[in-house]
Amino acid sequence: MGWGRVVGAVVCTVKEPSLIGVPLLLLEPLNQSFATAGRPFVAADAIGAERGQIVIYETAREAAGAFAHRPPVDAAIIGIVDQTVRS
Amino acid sequence: MTIARVLGSVTSSIHHPALNGAKLLLVLPFGTSRAGLAVDGVGAGTGDTVLIVEEGAVAANYLGRTDPPVKSVVVGIVDVGLSVAEA
Repeated sequence: MGWGRVVGAVVCTVKEPSLIGVPLLLLEPLNQSFATAGRPFVAADAIGAERGQIVIYETAREAAGAFAHRPPVDAAIIGIVDQTVRS
Repeated sequence: MTIARVLGSVTSSIHHPALNGAKLLLVLPFGTSRAGLAVDGVGAGTGDTVLIVEEGAVAANYLGRTDPPVKSVVVGIVDVGLSVAEA
């Protein structure tokens, strides 16, 4: 599980039927200092995130569990970050 | 399983139902420079050295839910003596 910034959206007219209605967003992974930490990737959005928001994502087979019908995805957005507390 | 240091906690009011009641920690795996997030299963806090499992079936046990969209869980707090040896 990690966090990243929503930097865009992906639209596919032709797609696997179970992906219909599943928003696909472009995510830029971030490190602990909110700096870019890798190449952007596509994640299925389970909670209604918007561009610019910092979101929580999970990868691999568990990502499909974000949706009741378990679409074929390997990354899912599962939360929007409010704040972090460090000491 | 990996060993990581807890950098802080993360709050998210808009999240997937599987994360209801879960505490999220910002964790930095030893030997890397990129932090991740994990569900806290043991009551760990900032500065602790912790043991992390990345497996959905384990997360399912901690979250009390089948097929949660989560795989990263803190399952132990490493003793201080061991963490010094590891570092």
